[in-house]
Amino acid sequence: MAVAPPVAVPRVEAARAAGSTLARVAKYAVVRLVALLITVVVGVYLTILVANMGGYVDQLRRAQIREGVGLMALADPEWAMLTDQDRRERIERLVALEEERLGLGQPFLVRSFTYLANALTLNLGRAEQIMSDSGSRQVRLILLERLPATLYLFATGQLLLFFASIFVALHLSQRYGSFLDRLMVALAPTSAAPGWFYGIFLILIFAGLLRVLPFGGMVATPPPPDKLGYALSLLKHLILPVTAIVISAIFLQVYYWRTFFLIYSREDYVEMAKAKGLPSTLIERRYILRPTLPAIVTSFALTLIGLWTGAIVLETIFNWPGLGRLLYRAIGAYDTPVIVGSVVIYAYLLALTVFVLDILYAILDPRVRVEGRST
Amino acid sequence: MKAWRARLRELRRYPSAIAGLTLIALLVLLAVYAMVAIPYREAVRLWQGGEGVWTDNPRLAMPRWINLFTRTDLPPTLVLDSAGDPEVKKRVERGDGDVDVTVSLAFDYTYDAFPNELSIFLTADFKELSPFATLIWRAPDGREVVLQRRSVRASEIYRVSQDADLTMRLGGRKPEVGLFARPLTEPPRPLKGRYELLVEGILFEPEAELDAKLVVYGQVHGLAGTDHLRRDITVALLWGTPLALSFGLLAAIGSTLSTLILAAIGVWYGRWVDGLFQRITEVNLILPVLPILIMVGILYSRSIWVMLGVVILLGVFSASIKVYRAMFLQIKEAPYVEAARAYGAGNLRIVFLYLVPRVIPILVPQFVVLIPAFVFLEATLAVLGLGDPIMPTWGKVLDDAYRNGALYMGHYYWVLAPSVLLIVTGLGFAMLGFALDRVFNPRLREQ
Repeated sequence: MAVAPPVAVPRVEAARAAGSTLARVAKYAVVRLVALLITVVVGVYLTILVANMGGYVDQLRRAQIREGVGLMALADPEWAMLTDQDRRERIERLVALEEERLGLGQPFLVRSFTYLANALTLNLGRAEQIMSDSGSRQVRLILLERLPATLYLFATGQLLLFFASIFVALHLSQRYGSFLDRLMVALAPTSAAPGWFYGIFLILIFAGLLRVLPFGGMVATPPPPDKLGYALSLLKHLILPVTAIVISAIFLQVYYWRTFFLIYSREDYVEMAKAKGLPSTLIERRYILRPTLPAIVTSFALTLIGLWTGAIVLETIFNWPGLGRLLYRAIGAYDTPVIVGSVVIYAYLLALTVFVLDILYAILDPRVRVEGRST
Repeated sequence: MKAWRARLRELRRYPSAIAGLTLIALLVLLAVYAMVAIPYREAVRLWQGGEGVWTDNPRLAMPRWINLFTRTDLPPTLVLDSAGDPEVKKRVERGDGDVDVTVSLAFDYTYDAFPNELSIFLTADFKELSPFATLIWRAPDGREVVLQRRSVRASEIYRVSQDADLTMRLGGRKPEVGLFARPLTEPPRPLKGRYELLVEGILFEPEAELDAKLVVYGQVHGLAGTDHLRRDITVALLWGTPLALSFGLLAAIGSTLSTLILAAIGVWYGRWVDGLFQRITEVNLILPVLPILIMVGILYSRSIWVMLGVVILLGVFSASIKVYRAMFLQIKEAPYVEAARAYGAGNLRIVFLYLVPRVIPILVPQFVVLIPAFVFLEATLAVLGLGDPIMPTWGKVLDDAYRNGALYMGHYYWVLAPSVLLIVTGLGFAMLGFALDRVFNPRLREQ
């Protein structure tokens, strides 16, 4: 009927709005990125300060220098002709020179900035005990090798958690007081326990008693030769840890968001939409979910940050070859370079999480001002 | 005050609050009981004591109540000692200065399973010539097995279960099986009845003494069983309670109160103070708490109290400062604050007496929910091997269990008991907290 012209106008407007959204988000992203980078630098600097309170970073550097000098000396053909005494004296002299050159004699305040630069580039020297799977002792290589496994597990877990809890919460907010609703509310306190705690029970039931799923690890040993088998094996090993992540957080999330949705679903415009007879999925999506999403993303950000921490033990319990498991091994071996490196890389991961969620927030909430405080 | 009482009355309407409070009360009772029944020093001794304290405990025994659920009656540990019991020992003078000593340690064995292990502890008191002893095992059906003939030094431990020669003589059966088994039955089943260990000793000095102790290690022990070092897990479970509660409580108080006060100060003074606090919070959000705790544990100290201090420090500028800030920004404009300012109240007076108390009711539920989070944090640290080096905690029991493959070997009791206590703590505080949330923040109530 006479609907055609009014529809055309919003389309043009929508296109213009999309363009401005992009510009707005891009500008916002740049500002946030700079702010976060500064934050990361300060955070890593604090880490260095904590680590060096007992002089540990200094020790690391000294050991590294000594090793370098030793290697250099071995490559020197003149070396073989010297007596033991001469060799030792020469090494000491070289070490002292090298320490002087690298500024170990400088006051800590000056040195700490050298350490900061090294830490930010993950240039943390060599691990004492732990080796990467490719046989390297470079801390950076060891850490980067483990990163994909961690990201694979947690991205899967978080995404599943996020969408599952939104879906369930929306569903329940429309069926307030039903059995399922009350069950979720009753189960919410179980989220007091972290994921690894549920992991123990999942292992106990599904691996120990029923023997249907593996105890841990990322793929079967030996790994299946064909691609399909490999992927299936990955999936099979993923089930228990992901379940543990989801169980440990979903009930609380559903509880909070359902309450949140309940409050919003009593707004006048929702009543209006209901009165107009719009289908309930449309009401849920466009009238309840859309205006509440920014708040949900914020609360999800905080949950995520908490979950990174729980990740360390979860990976350990499930023998998952990620960063957490590495950190656990490094603790066992007292491998300080790897431990300091892990702290730095976790700081990066947290910053990345905050950044991604900030951007999401900007996309979702048109009111976000770039200049002002974001949250 | 009246309002608080009304809220408490309202709390009674929530079954979850009652259940939560009951659980917390039980935990507090358990904590008090632990501290009264086992003094701190005694607890540390029982947990760290080394072989001497644990020798009479079986290794990896299940809790005693397991017998209620199994059809077979599993044996507890039996300890028979001649030292405190003169009736089992007979001395006969031989005339030539030598003395015959017979120690008879007899016991009834009525269980459906074999013991875990078998050990004989011999002690002798002599000047120069060590006594000689023959150890004879008598089964209820009259069979006799000579276990060993040996001279006895001041103190001897004869681990019967590890005697390879005896194993061979028993037809390849482990001694704890072979000595208790019904003959010629396959699979071996224990023979019930009265067993006897006979120690026939010859003392070569009239003043000398010989004593024997037989320990038949059982398959069940105590309320919670034992671990790989023969330690009674009950001690750790009991003492873990006050430690977990105090850690959770102190960490929650320390971090929430400080955060709250800082948020109030930031809002009240505004400008650069507020800005600074916000920036610090943003940095703190990025600091990975657990890795830093791990670093502190490795580089400095693992003491539970140092960890507590670091947890509180890292919690001071936690993300919730933003939530409180939003609340204070509203309260700051409230008429009563303006009135206080008008009559000339100082800045700190306004912060502590006008701003902070106003938010406390909103804080109470969050605070209660935080407690178990910190209890689990302690357990998390322990599972990473960074538990307190001296004190027994629930997390350390879990850690031991995990490291010694309890899940793979089927020692489920070892994992379940500390887990149940942890989850009870978590549920207790969380249920109470959720109910409090509905009472104190009526806007969240569903109606």
